[in-house]
Amino acid sequence: MSQLKHFTNGILKENPTFVLVLGTCPALAVTTSAINGIGMGVATTFVLFFSNFLIALLKNVIPDKVRIAAFIVVIASFVTIVDLVMKAFVPGLYASLGIFIPLIVVNCIILGRAEAFAQKNTVPSAMLDGLGMGLGFTIAITLMGSIREILGNGSIFNYKFLGEDAQTILIFILPPGAFITYGYLIAIFNRLKSKYNF
Amino acid sequence: MAKIESSLKNMILSLSLIGIIMTVLLAYVYTLTKEPIANSEKKKEIDAIKLVCPEFDNDPIASKQTIDGLDYFVLTKGTDTVGYAVKSFTDKGFSGVFTVMIGFYADGKLFDYSVLVHKETPGLGTKMLETKFKSQFKDLDLTDFNLKVKKDGGDVDAITAATITSRGFCDALQKAKDGIAKNFIAK
Repeated sequence: MSQLKHFTNGILKENPTFVLVLGTCPALAVTTSAINGIGMGVATTFVLFFSNFLIALLKNVIPDKVRIAAFIVVIASFVTIVDLVMKAFVPGLYASLGIFIPLIVVNCIILGRAEAFAQKNTVPSAMLDGLGMGLGFTIAITLMGSIREILGNGSIFNYKFLGEDAQTILIFILPPGAFITYGYLIAIFNRLKSKYNF
Repeated sequence: MAKIESSLKNMILSLSLIGIIMTVLLAYVYTLTKEPIANSEKKKEIDAIKLVCPEFDNDPIASKQTIDGLDYFVLTKGTDTVGYAVKSFTDKGFSGVFTVMIGFYADGKLFDYSVLVHKETPGLGTKMLETKFKSQFKDLDLTDFNLKVKKDGGDVDAITAATITSRGFCDALQKAKDGIAKNFIAK
């Protein structure tokens, strides 16, 4: 794969949310608004990028038998760093995302890419893969968040475009709506994927 | 260059190395963010108070007192007391506990309120955050006001289909009203 392909892979061909179907927990729980989607996406991309980078860098000094333990230490530390930085500099978004920031540690995308890619590839490739997967995830959950916010709250990026008393389709900001939106988006994305061959 | 073999010595060394690298990184970020975090927590509380109280110029956190589980803040402008803020709560919400910051004028009239933390149902209980419910409390004189929902014989206009949340809210407000009357306003 040429270097650029490592980056675009995570956005379309192997989009973690719609194709690999990884990281479904935050995809469902956090996408009640577009801004939450972007916030969570950026935080996850940060962790993905740095954990892929460090794991690819240290891959030859991590014995096979302790690799999962080593990966988790790296990932959990970067998540803690993101947690501290968000708490200090974006407290509003931090409060909005709540418990899902520490839960980035168990986001399957990060451990998945560490195991499937970073430990077997060069540092530059791993960095691009981290960025690509992170961007693919961010776009996917921002899209989900936007749809759920527009239909369920009558707003987009907190800008209310409906009147004060207008009715919204409330179910979309509740859990069942998350599943409904996710299901339709997976179907549409994969249909387009097979039709246009990406 | 292949991976190093999984001997006990290598496993211990490798994990120790990773542990040390990450610890150093974390410690560095911790010291960088310690002060901003403390400041933003303080700012959050002051902003919550500013939102619901008449104008003041002192540091409310310095005047904080906790009596019977509620936090009270005395607000002054110069040497005059201009009002009080009370961080009240109720455990009678539909989804459990929710906390409210309530602002009072110096004479005990309600200025405004802001719900701080809650888990009430979106579209129903969350209407307590909206103007429609809020407006009945702005500048309210509580002396002869019965803080119960109309259904229970009181004066409060409850939220349609969210009676339990409304009752919980009245409970939080009652706690604050009683606390202010008992501890702060000279009879």
